[in-house]
Amino acid sequence: MTYIAKPKLHHPTLARNSVGYTRRDYEGTVSTLCAGCGHDSISAAIVQACWELDIEPHRVAKLSGIGCSSKTPTYFLGNSHGFNSVHGRMPSVLTGANLANRDLLYLGVSGDGDTASIGLGQFAHSVRRGVNMVYIVENNGVYGLTKGQFSATADKGSKSKRGVANTDEPLDMIGMALLLGASFVARSFSGDKQQLVPLVKAAIQHRGAAFIDVISPCVAFNNHPGSTKSYDYVREHNESVNRLDFMEAREEITADYAAGAVIDVAQHDGSVIRLRKLAPDYDPTDRIKVMNYLQERAAAGEVVTGLLYVQPDAADLHQHLNTVESPLGQLTERELCPGSVALERINAALR
Amino acid sequence: MKRIDAINDFVVMFANVNGSGSASANELFARSILRMGVPVSPRNIFPSNIQGLPTWYEVRVNENGYQGRRGGVDLVVAMNPQTWAQDLKEIESGGYLFYDNSKPLPKSKFRDDVNVIGVPLTEICNATYSDPRQRQLFKNIIYVGALSALMEIEPGEIEKLFSEQYKGKEALLQSNVKALRLGREYAQQHLACPIGLRVKRANNVGSKIFVDGNTAAALGAVYGGATVCAWYPITPSSSLAEAFIKHCQKYRVDPATGRNRYAVIQSEDELASIGIAIGAGWNGARAFTCTAGPGISLMQEFIGLAYFAEIPVVLIDVQRGGPSTGMPTRTQQSDLLSCAYASHGDTRHVMLFPEDPTECFEFSAQAFDLAERLQTPVFLMTDLDIGMNTRLTDPFQWSDTRAFDRGKVMTHEELEAGKEFGRYLDVDGDGIPYRTYPGTHPTRGAYFTRGTTKDRYARYSEAGPDYVDNMQRLVRKFETAKQLMPKPLLRPAAKPARFGAIYYGSTSPAMHEALDVLALRGIHVNALRVRGFPFQDEIADFVAAHPWVFVVEQNRDAQLKTLLVNEAKVNASRLLSVLHYDGTPITARFIVEQISQHAAARTVVPLKRVGA
Repeated sequence: MTYIAKPKLHHPTLARNSVGYTRRDYEGTVSTLCAGCGHDSISAAIVQACWELDIEPHRVAKLSGIGCSSKTPTYFLGNSHGFNSVHGRMPSVLTGANLANRDLLYLGVSGDGDTASIGLGQFAHSVRRGVNMVYIVENNGVYGLTKGQFSATADKGSKSKRGVANTDEPLDMIGMALLLGASFVARSFSGDKQQLVPLVKAAIQHRGAAFIDVISPCVAFNNHPGSTKSYDYVREHNESVNRLDFMEAREEITADYAAGAVIDVAQHDGSVIRLRKLAPDYDPTDRIKVMNYLQERAAAGEVVTGLLYVQPDAADLHQHLNTVESPLGQLTERELCPGSVALERINAALR
Repeated sequence: MKRIDAINDFVVMFANVNGSGSASANELFARSILRMGVPVSPRNIFPSNIQGLPTWYEVRVNENGYQGRRGGVDLVVAMNPQTWAQDLKEIESGGYLFYDNSKPLPKSKFRDDVNVIGVPLTEICNATYSDPRQRQLFKNIIYVGALSALMEIEPGEIEKLFSEQYKGKEALLQSNVKALRLGREYAQQHLACPIGLRVKRANNVGSKIFVDGNTAAALGAVYGGATVCAWYPITPSSSLAEAFIKHCQKYRVDPATGRNRYAVIQSEDELASIGIAIGAGWNGARAFTCTAGPGISLMQEFIGLAYFAEIPVVLIDVQRGGPSTGMPTRTQQSDLLSCAYASHGDTRHVMLFPEDPTECFEFSAQAFDLAERLQTPVFLMTDLDIGMNTRLTDPFQWSDTRAFDRGKVMTHEELEAGKEFGRYLDVDGDGIPYRTYPGTHPTRGAYFTRGTTKDRYARYSEAGPDYVDNMQRLVRKFETAKQLMPKPLLRPAAKPARFGAIYYGSTSPAMHEALDVLALRGIHVNALRVRGFPFQDEIADFVAAHPWVFVVEQNRDAQLKTLLVNEAKVNASRLLSVLHYDGTPITARFIVEQISQHAAARTVVPLKRVGA
């Protein structure tokens, strides 16, 4: 934890993006998490992704539940509205916010306790509904703020800091997201910025429920030998299926790839996700094969990362509900109130 | 044998089997009387069941417009053998028993002091129809036909109702008219028509409308500008959400694009319902959830968050009996305390108490203004009796000059001009701060929403003085709410009165009738109808002006009385509770009896003075 305030002055030579903001404009207040916490790297990746995508900070709404991870929205995008809601209930608040104004970008930040335990139901149902959002779980397998209890994503047999082995089966959030119809599913590692930033960018560009499970070691309670969520363990067992080179439509593809080594996935807005294959034959658009592959690799003890699944033409909740283009919260009496003449007709029909 | 003779003033109870198609026939009976200009108030008493269990439909016919449940029954239409004994017992001495006499029943099944009317409904049906479903459904219409002859209900009105209902469905119309006539003809040929209970055309319905409270509250939400509704099915509030959807399909579709100006989510549970409504309210939409007591229990944590984070949201609580299943299909006013103080921490919430469907409409629309003006959860406290029963009520009114009160929202222009913004800063002294919608301005007005841990500028703060400062402002805000709430309504007694009575919500019709009856007996009572919480000063003044004040409620624990003592600081020793909580709607008879007893106890002159 640092007590040094961030300097407010920005150096005039700091690079600006096409909407006129420097990278610093996407930062928040100084983090109060432990030094070395994986979550701070994820915050940095979100800052980088939003800056690179030229997103105006105030057009993002960041929502969270309760826990270390849910504190992080204070530490990025200081010019965005944020909502630190109740434990495990971020998905419902985000769903409602999204219904009120479809024009903003919704970033839900949660943890493994917040999502896989107390909030499992809300996670499942927000994904089922196809809420247009980026849902990031900062997954460390442990309850930090309450001092080191196992969470529901802790692997069976992994050991707590005090040496106790976990006897419960882990909850597979990626598997659930796939089963429940998430149209963008990825897993990454907070220690791999090169992989994480493009994934966050692609998730932001995706329309529909985008879920990213980011393994984010807890340096205070879950970074010891015997843990399967430690920096060392994840680095040793990380098997990336692909590397994502996010492209925008207008950019010419100049990189040189060997034939058959890339997959291009066209997004709903015309942009293209270019994936460099690391696992041969891995097709991230075939849901059934993806589910089989992930189960196989998990049984072999691998932590598979990368863009695991994407359905580029997914529809979102607003499409399901056939809502108007204008944000519902901005409609006025004129569009919403049927008026006295209609009411007289209603009265007449009730006599 | 004694026979009850009454014109336009009696109670008919239909005892049916759930799922037998009786509901629409029974409603037809009620509506036909209404069309003759005579007020009726029907009540469904139904089980937690889809098919097979007993269900009752009680119709009170009353020319004076008394719509409370009267108590007692003058005519039972006994269509359910399972409840025969129980139903027979309900009949007033000299009353009538209408039954299907296709099969002979032993004399022991009847009462000596009840007039028996037998119609071979099954026999008539079997002779006329071959399809089993038709035999079942038309049996109901046939008894309506027979009753119309026995009670002098004009068949023309019933046939008119059929033609409205089956517009464009000629075959259905004809078959219903045929069944109706079968019943009428049987009664005219075989029975002494009319009986002592008769309907005589009157002119006492006027411009009133016939509608249930859930439909009305849902319409209020449409007029009040609600665009987001999240709900989880629960009796007796489900029909409210469904009515909202129906109204929206009619009035909230953009004619140019065919797209919806509303969003309804049937969520996975009540926690998600309130979360969705809060998220939408935070982001600038008018949002609500509708539920019943168990839902309120589940929403507690979120309600506290909305209170402290100051997010507008409307909760419609259609109150019912306790948890689990069974009694929940009966009515009560038993969620007052759980709503008034919902959640952890020090909280107090705004509540509205509509008395009928008209006020369900008005208060529902008003709730959205209150929620946004006060930036807080607002509870519309209806109940099963109002919500799920069709009631004759004043027509809905709306002024086209009425604008939504969106409350204190700082705009892009104000932020751009450099107006000071502090999310929890009390700039006007009324305890209500300004808020901004997300996405308003690139560099100003963004804030982080949390529960209690913040200062006036929404910066994270665990400092005690900041917490206390915020809590005191919330007290000021609740004071401000008093001015915005609907005022209590006084119904003064005709003569100077020592007694006062406070009542609210669905108790109204029974209370009004009871006050008239009491006045005839020489017991004069000033009555005050409380319409919202927080309580205005008028309520404490009213209590102070009477030596004794009855507080009439439909719960066991005198919840309004508790709130009055706790919040309005009234003298508890002046308050006398009149409590009805068996799940049936309160009756005038009950109130009269209770108040008469209390009054008698307080006018007794001691035979012997102590120490004399």
